[in-house]
Amino acid sequence: MSTNVYMEALSPTMEEGRVVKWHKRDGDPVKVGETLAEVETDKAVMDLVARADGVLRQVAAAEGQTVAVGSVVAVIAAPGEAVGAAPAAAAPVASSGSGKRETLKDSLTVAGNVATVTTPAPVAVVPLPATAPADATLVKASPLARRMAKEAGVDLKLVAGSGPGGRVVKKDLERTPSQGTPVASPPGAAVPSTVARVPFPERSGAPYDDIPLTQIRKTIAKRLATSLGPIPHFFLTTEVDMERASEARDALNKQLGDQGKVSFNDIIIKATAHALTKHPACNAWFQDDHIRYWHEVHIGMAVAVEDGLITPVIRNADLKSLADIGREAKELAERARNRRLQPSEYTGATFSVSNLGMFDIDQFTAVINPPEAGIIAVGSMVQKAVVVDGQVTARRRMRITMSCDHRVIDGATGAAFLKTLKQMLENPLAMLL
Amino acid sequence: MANQFDVIVLGGGPAGYVAAIRAAQLGLSTAVIEKEKLGGVCVNIGCIPTKALLHSAYIASLLREAKEFGVEASTVKTDYGVAMQRSRRVSDQNSKGVEFLMKKNKVTVVKGAGVLQPGRKVKVGSDVYEAKKAVLIATGSRVKGLPQIGLEINKTTVISSDEALFLEKAPASMAIIGAGAVGMEFADIFHAFGTKVTLIEALPRILPLEDGEASDALAKSYKKRGIDVIAGAKVKKGTPGKDTVTLEVEANGATQKIEVATVLMAAGRAVNTENIGLAECGVQVTDRGFIKVDQSLQTTAPGYYAIGDVAGPPMLAHKGMREGVTVAELVAGKKPHAIRYDNVPSVTYCHPEVASIGLTEDQCKERKLDYVPGRFPFSANGRARGTGETEGFVKILRDKKYGEILGAHIVGGHASEIIHELAVARENEYTVEEVELAIHAHPTMSEAVAQAALDSLGRVVDM
Repeated sequence: MSTNVYMEALSPTMEEGRVVKWHKRDGDPVKVGETLAEVETDKAVMDLVARADGVLRQVAAAEGQTVAVGSVVAVIAAPGEAVGAAPAAAAPVASSGSGKRETLKDSLTVAGNVATVTTPAPVAVVPLPATAPADATLVKASPLARRMAKEAGVDLKLVAGSGPGGRVVKKDLERTPSQGTPVASPPGAAVPSTVARVPFPERSGAPYDDIPLTQIRKTIAKRLATSLGPIPHFFLTTEVDMERASEARDALNKQLGDQGKVSFNDIIIKATAHALTKHPACNAWFQDDHIRYWHEVHIGMAVAVEDGLITPVIRNADLKSLADIGREAKELAERARNRRLQPSEYTGATFSVSNLGMFDIDQFTAVINPPEAGIIAVGSMVQKAVVVDGQVTARRRMRITMSCDHRVIDGATGAAFLKTLKQMLENPLAMLL
Repeated sequence: MANQFDVIVLGGGPAGYVAAIRAAQLGLSTAVIEKEKLGGVCVNIGCIPTKALLHSAYIASLLREAKEFGVEASTVKTDYGVAMQRSRRVSDQNSKGVEFLMKKNKVTVVKGAGVLQPGRKVKVGSDVYEAKKAVLIATGSRVKGLPQIGLEINKTTVISSDEALFLEKAPASMAIIGAGAVGMEFADIFHAFGTKVTLIEALPRILPLEDGEASDALAKSYKKRGIDVIAGAKVKKGTPGKDTVTLEVEANGATQKIEVATVLMAAGRAVNTENIGLAECGVQVTDRGFIKVDQSLQTTAPGYYAIGDVAGPPMLAHKGMREGVTVAELVAGKKPHAIRYDNVPSVTYCHPEVASIGLTEDQCKERKLDYVPGRFPFSANGRARGTGETEGFVKILRDKKYGEILGAHIVGGHASEIIHELAVARENEYTVEEVELAIHAHPTMSEAVAQAALDSLGRVVDM
């Protein structure tokens, strides 16, 4: 007669325990009351003791492993009792909760095992959700969507479900290309274009699309956020040749005369807005369970004020002329410094620009202004000796560093945007395209 | 302010009263403005009383065939007036039920004709009510005549369902113009009460929106029991006399004159968009006269929503009810599940009943879909044989590649009840295989659904 060794609730609030060290090994004789293992609870390290005399068998929880209270971690067999080999391979036998996902064939196999094992019953160690990658494989999908995905070779984990509770339904698959990774950037591709009857939350006239997070995107969001801080930043830097932008600015200011001036910052705002229209993946907000991809570009412009900073917003900056941006930026900055901004004037940005060029800063990293997913930090323009057409020549150069929220923007996505921005600044005429 | 609410619903029909209850459930202060009885056309002069009359008709035909079942009812006498009185009691009970629901949910009911005003206001008489969050327009629809061919509703010889529901006795003869759900149901009712019925439909087949096989089955059934069915017919002229109406009907290249005691107009409905202040509030209407709405059912005037018949077809109570719930949830800041307009069941309660959901076979062909039809006749269904309801069939249109249920059509006893299995299946994107895998009780009419699903897979058992 064998006795199961359970992970016991060693403190009133304990839900799981981590096996720190086994004091007895497989095959060791044990006596009632003897310490079998040290277990770390939510409060302290405690002893797990033997509840029967016999021989320790089938140790199923490795040292360092965390196990839910109530799980069988070993068996105490009577001396000489024949016990089946420790079902190590079968250790992570699914808990009853996930049994639903077993196919008919699987459950029949499991039942067969039970029938052939003499004693004791197979040990079931319940893997905790936190350590089990299985969590991500639970996808809610309609039977029709499953068939379509199977046929098209689409991994349902990568599809954002729009049905109740994030269930993947037919139209989610209709909007994804049948081959390849459906959530691959740009997200514009994931936006439904051919769907006949789309649910209204997405078409309520709001100037954005709310795309639910896919399983994989949820995992990225969760993990990165806990690893690097509330927002998982990464940074991309590029050096821009500002020679042609400088020429353009001089020409424009000459033409404007006393009707105002265009600053480099205005040009950068305009170019950023333009580049964002080409890279909607960067013009987005992270919203807990979904990413909001904006259809409009509103640029937040970091302005230093007496005891801090504020980011007034140039709305629809991609649609405005440089002269208009110049006037608006000047006016907003002035009112920001005088603390005369209305809340509507400093909220709702979809992306931000921070410029410390005037402080002779070569390069810096800016902190993302949530829920926005990106910000660019602009350094000062300096003359540098660079090689152009094989000749060393003096050129005005400027460094731009983009901070990206990795939950929204991946490396290549950010880099592609930055490349477009660089091209626009290096050839300002491109903005007219 | 006493006259201020979060939500004001103009119209207490199925869309309006359901919206009001849902809004109240979500904690919004709500008022319903209704100029007549709560429950609207549906409860008072539509769905509900006709179902009562149809059941009277059913009992009459059942008794006439009772001898075969070993029950003798030697002389079956019908009295439309008594059936009508009963149908009125049913309607009144339902309307009172709605009144009770309004009280239970603390919805304020304002009696009177409301007129919209800018600023989310509604004027009733000299009182003005203001909605803090939204005004829901749920003014519904009404029957319409065909004045251009002389058939204006005169309420004596040329009537609509509004009058038909209050007749004291069934007329000796009746021409019903329009063989959609309303025309079909009244043809069934009056025929059972002894009226000589001629059913006239302009389109090539009766029940023009249903699957062709359903239309054919009903045409056959009606003709067999002595209802004249003329489809593809044009009523060129109607001449109402004192006690009769003469119709000139052109069909199959020939014109014939039909003289009847009563003409029942059942050709379409008009929405109630007049004199409710739409233009003044900037609420626009479409070319077809419905209120223009976006995907969230908001009209062109922010804060004004339209639900039910005024918001566009299909003009069905259950579609309006769903819109009411959805808009109430939207206004309360919830994210309701999208309405699947391609999954609204359509039901005609004549005998045999006709119920459908999704695409017809013709629509599948037009869309060049690769489909396989599965059919099962009730004549092969044990339960149907037992009750003598062997007319009709279940037909399921299966997408060949994925097994999606593209459409389902049922003609037969209780079709209106059986269809919902397929509505649930389609809502959840079950394929024909999930439908078939669900064990159906034996013997039931619903088994025909599973058998039709099997037939679409080429492995029908009971046939």
